[in-house]
Amino acid sequence: MEVYTSMMPVDIDATVIANRRLSADYNVLSFAAPEIAAAARPGQFVMIKTSGGQDPLLRRPFSIFEVLRDDTGQPAGISIFNKRIGAGTTLLSRVESGMRLAVLGPLGRPFEPVDPPAEAWMVAGGVGLAPFVTLAIALAARGTRATLFYGARRAEELYCVDLFEALGVSVVLSTEDGSRGIRGRVTVPLGDALERRSLGNPVKLYVCGPTPMMRACAQLAHAHGRACDVSLEQVMGCGLGGCYSCVVLARGGDGGKPHHTRTCIDGPVFDAQRVVWDEVSGH
Amino acid sequence: MDLSLEIGSLRLANPLIAASGCFGYGVEYADVVDLSTLGGVAVKGLFLSEREGHPPPRIVETPSGMLNAIGLQGIGVHRFIAERLPELRARGAIVIVNICGTTLDEYVEVARILSDAEGVHALELNISCPNIKEGGITFGCSLPGTHNVVSAVRKVTSLPVIPKLTPNVTDVASFARAAEDAGADAVSLVNTFLAMAIDVHTRRPKLSNIVGGLSGPAIRPIAVRMVYECRRAVKIPIVGMGGIATAEDALEFMIAGANAVQIGTMNFVDPFIWTKLLDGIRDYMTTHAIARLQDIVGTVNTSAREKAWISS
Repeated sequence: MEVYTSMMPVDIDATVIANRRLSADYNVLSFAAPEIAAAARPGQFVMIKTSGGQDPLLRRPFSIFEVLRDDTGQPAGISIFNKRIGAGTTLLSRVESGMRLAVLGPLGRPFEPVDPPAEAWMVAGGVGLAPFVTLAIALAARGTRATLFYGARRAEELYCVDLFEALGVSVVLSTEDGSRGIRGRVTVPLGDALERRSLGNPVKLYVCGPTPMMRACAQLAHAHGRACDVSLEQVMGCGLGGCYSCVVLARGGDGGKPHHTRTCIDGPVFDAQRVVWDEVSGH
Repeated sequence: MDLSLEIGSLRLANPLIAASGCFGYGVEYADVVDLSTLGGVAVKGLFLSEREGHPPPRIVETPSGMLNAIGLQGIGVHRFIAERLPELRARGAIVIVNICGTTLDEYVEVARILSDAEGVHALELNISCPNIKEGGITFGCSLPGTHNVVSAVRKVTSLPVIPKLTPNVTDVASFARAAEDAGADAVSLVNTFLAMAIDVHTRRPKLSNIVGGLSGPAIRPIAVRMVYECRRAVKIPIVGMGGIATAEDALEFMIAGANAVQIGTMNFVDPFIWTKLLDGIRDYMTTHAIARLQDIVGTVNTSAREKAWISS
């Protein structure tokens, strides 16, 4: 029998522990949510009710950015990496410690970290950094060498690099205006690295960012014969497979005819080669 | 405390039904909700064959509501019976299958196939989806069309038949009456209101299908009014829906005339809504000393208001 949910999600009336404002547009919001923290796997997400009322009505999906631990090392909470874009994310940029928000999770198909000798290359664009802290921790636990290719428009929009460096991840930065790291999009250093790497050395790509960037990375991975997983973000109604809002056109595991596939329960992590990129909406 | 009701030969333990299109095929929620505790589960609309539905974007939020144009993506009746129904049966769900057709013959064929399947308890006829061009709503927007599809399905099944009515007509009560005359065991209403949202910066519609159906608390007062009108027009049970978010909302529909209610959009917001609604209904019954919940159905008091409280 098909399995529809890998684990039972819980809905927590979660207290905000901290709202760390990184800039006018970005903040890291931490919640007390021990049950979600204990069950979370790399790349999973939560659905957050951003208002106490009915506008906005629906919850918003957010990757679990960090799993927070208490003094004894027990999972105590989670954080999200929020970029102010619309009404819901604006509300989340303004919340204060002590407020409570409904947080449902953990949800979705997680990343599968590779084992050594394979290396893991994480590729993040902008707010697409969100799912990679949890993945980096899982990779470190396996002893898998990891690199983060992280791109943004300018230096001020590169955040939390120290988190990755502390985990032993090699970080390769790029900015479109050249104000930090390599000038150009993240695909420039990624393409160079793929060119340089001999086929005998296995590597798997993990990508999250704007749709055109993920499409470009998927093409690079395909051209170099490398495995590539993407974490897709679509407009989501429920996060549990009930509404069929968040579909992308994706081929089945057998590579057959593509179908509208729910990113909430069949994703958000997909093998990039399954995705019909020309049909993916988003920005 | 008796929360039960009957629709034709079917007994529901309580009036809370998961609305079609808002609960997948039920199995998606089996680890979140004990499906056997719901009055029923109305599964996503099924045609004879699989359908891909519309391309995204398929939903957009509006104040206290949402527009959807999913386009009835679905796995078709045969895969449903083979791949989903066994788990629903094992979980003890009361299964109401929402059936669709592009032709009268397709409704009849789908109804016939489901009537032979073990574990299907009732058929809800989708003659009201605003998001597909062919079939469906063309039956639901014509009185003879409604009568014809209900009587044709009635002839081939002994399961309770529940046509789901569209609010996108001038007089929904006349459609309820047409359904009753054709042998429906109940009617459910309302499906979504045809609506539109535009991005003013790009001047493009926010849905790929251009238009979609509005649901959620925004539509509730209109839906309550329509249930009230239908209650005065028909004797058969009414399944009311439209933005129910609290036990009070569910009770409002029942007092207007609904025997049962469906919860759709708000299940997206809170998948654990079911026990909260049931607890709230039980509290209300205790507070108002109501032993049998069906006793409140259609009891809205529209007589001239008593003046005493004004002068006091």
